Amino acid sequence: MIEWSLFVDSWPSYAAGLWVTLQLTVLSLGAGLVLAIPLAVGRVSPRRWVALPVWAYTYFFRGTPMLVQLLLMYYGMGQFEWVQAQWADGSHFWLIFREPYGCALVTFALNTAAYTTEILAGALRATPHGEIEAARACGMSRPTMLRRILLPGALRRALPAYSNEVIFMLHGTAIASTVTLVDLTGAARNAYSQFFAPFEAFVFAGLIYLCITFALVGLFRVAERRWLAHLQPRKALRKAA
Amino acid sequence: MGGRRATFTFWPQGGVREGAAAAQPMLHGYLPSLLDGAWVTLRVAVFSLLLALALGLLGASSRLSPHALLRLPATVYTTVVRGIPDLVMMLLIFYGGQVAINAMTDALGLGYVDINPFVAGVVTLGFIFGAYFTETFRGAFMAVPAGQLEAGRAYGMSRWQIFYRILFPQMLRHALPGLGNNWQVMQKSTALVSIIGLSDITWLADQAGRTTHEPFLFYMVVCLFYLAMTALSGLLFGWLERRYSVGVRRAAA
Amino acid sequence: MTQLSVEDLHKRYGDHEVLKGVSLAAESGDVISIIGSSGSGKSTFLRCINFLEQPDAGRISVAGEEICLVPGKDGHLRVADARQLQRLRTRLAMVFQHFNLWAHMTVLENVVEAPIHVLGVSRKEAHERAMAYLDKVGISRFKDSYPAHLSGGQQQRVAIARALAMEPAVLLFDEPTSALDPELVGEVLKVMRGLAEEGRTMVVVTHEMGFAREVSNKVMFLHQGLAEESGAPADVFGQPRSERLRQFLSGNLK
Repeated sequence: MIEWSLFVDSWPSYAAGLWVTLQLTVLSLGAGLVLAIPLAVGRVSPRRWVALPVWAYTYFFRGTPMLVQLLLMYYGMGQFEWVQAQWADGSHFWLIFREPYGCALVTFALNTAAYTTEILAGALRATPHGEIEAARACGMSRPTMLRRILLPGALRRALPAYSNEVIFMLHGTAIASTVTLVDLTGAARNAYSQFFAPFEAFVFAGLIYLCITFALVGLFRVAERRWLAHLQPRKALRKAA
Repeated sequence: MGGRRATFTFWPQGGVREGAAAAQPMLHGYLPSLLDGAWVTLRVAVFSLLLALALGLLGASSRLSPHALLRLPATVYTTVVRGIPDLVMMLLIFYGGQVAINAMTDALGLGYVDINPFVAGVVTLGFIFGAYFTETFRGAFMAVPAGQLEAGRAYGMSRWQIFYRILFPQMLRHALPGLGNNWQVMQKSTALVSIIGLSDITWLADQAGRTTHEPFLFYMVVCLFYLAMTALSGLLFGWLERRYSVGVRRAAA
Repeated sequence: MTQLSVEDLHKRYGDHEVLKGVSLAAESGDVISIIGSSGSGKSTFLRCINFLEQPDAGRISVAGEEICLVPGKDGHLRVADARQLQRLRTRLAMVFQHFNLWAHMTVLENVVEAPIHVLGVSRKEAHERAMAYLDKVGISRFKDSYPAHLSGGQQQRVAIARALAMEPAVLLFDEPTSALDPELVGEVLKVMRGLAEEGRTMVVVTHEMGFAREVSNKVMFLHQGLAEESGAPADVFGQPRSERLRQFLSGNLK
């Protein structure tokens, strides 16, 4: 007794929802990564007044549910008359926080930035001490060392953990449907209430998520082969010999 | 609740400070309701943890089984569940389960049965995280050196003795970091049960925020609750790991 | 001319004084071996020369330019000008016991890295230079391999090419063969011998007494933070004056 008409009638809205999901995922991950790189450098700084605020930021965002963060951003901001005044003035920056799309994007970006910061900070701390000594011994300045030795190594080492984060974010964007956005999950919820066919509605969405997840896993496998070649067993040696 | 007023000093305008002042009589009288919600969230978290642990052990055992018939369903379970969002899974089980149960009771000639959202929440979260725990336990079982099991056999231990005295305790030690990690993720996922209508802390804070027009305040309280819960869990698992890592050198946990 | 001069270097860790005033002068073409038992402070001395460790007192100059030092807040010496230190470090190339190659870069990338990004040499010239030095150490066919895929001896030869590519005034070697399997020591020593014959200025901390005796023209024996004896290898090995050096040699010359 499968409700086939659901697929026939709703696929355009699923497609539109998928597009929203992909946008939210890609944009928030991009912004999050850009934010996370300097934050991770600050996180491992020996200066406490630099490291401490970054720690507090990641602690908050990693210690609370992203759903609550989103609600805080979307419904919470309007509590402040000052923010409302900015909205009335038409301030472009503050208007972001009145739109569900802007709120979701900002929340997701800040959330993934927090997790990515910790992943990168861990990878930075794992830099072999000898590599740092060699860089100092040949006269590299701190910024050069960071740019040429520490970050390139850390970004590569972070790849396996980051691939998990990317999949978490793809799945995490599903909560955008709670602030009226019609992403893939939102489309499924609409289809459910229209047809009252929960299995079809949610299984269809689930399968699409599953396919994107598989694609991402495959993509990261290729990326790891490309950028983590230096950590893999001696394949290159056999080829050269 | 010391951090509450500090939150509002970020905002310079008057209305905000008035809000903070008005909030003095314990969150406009919503404190007992929020505490009820916190208790619901805690119960959801703990019960789904227990269910997930059970499913995880079961799943890991069948993942490691020599019989393909046992391995296959477990592999499908962990792959599918970990491949789709918690929320979609939850909506599927809650609404889909409702339809399935109704179909069943109709067939049996029974009356209409409403799914209890608490049970639905626990079952869903337990089912989802059972998949993650399956992978954790599988890795931990495989990390126990085969030589130690051989030694057990060589000394005449029974299969059950080898499992209970050698394999299980060592597996647990390897599993602890992964369990701790999954438990942290799981606690935060409990907020999703508010979407299927369970009166947890997030749902009650949402109601309170709408009534008092101070949603920021109430969501912030929810954040503090979760921060306290995750911080305490972090301490607990840190202590457990130190306690059970006797005799093991861990490079970087 | 004097390429490297170190005067009266002191270094302490807490209450333990590791170096109690050690001096060294390397003229162009000198190959100076520093020998001594472990804990004698010989590695610390070498690492103080390019400030991988902070010396507590002393003067260091490279090719006639003295590194400006000022007393820091904690009483230890501090480099006054970080840029000067960076510049002088490019004149002192170091080869480490554990190679310390940059793991995420290929052999060739390791060698061109500092010339391009520290010295500001053009990409083309850096590559030509790198290939020439990789050829010299006999490793150019592995130019696209990653360090982890090479043997220890090959990695150390890459590290030597990396040091040479800086075209430094002085090459510093910190126990370059100590981390190698015995059968791989020879290939590295052979490369070092070749460099010495070219007339390069080298300071080598080593346990290889054969190398110290045959290749170097000066030997310094460090004992408990002091230069107990120094001079031409024939004298130091042939007529050791102190009992401690005699003991050390009898334990190390097989």
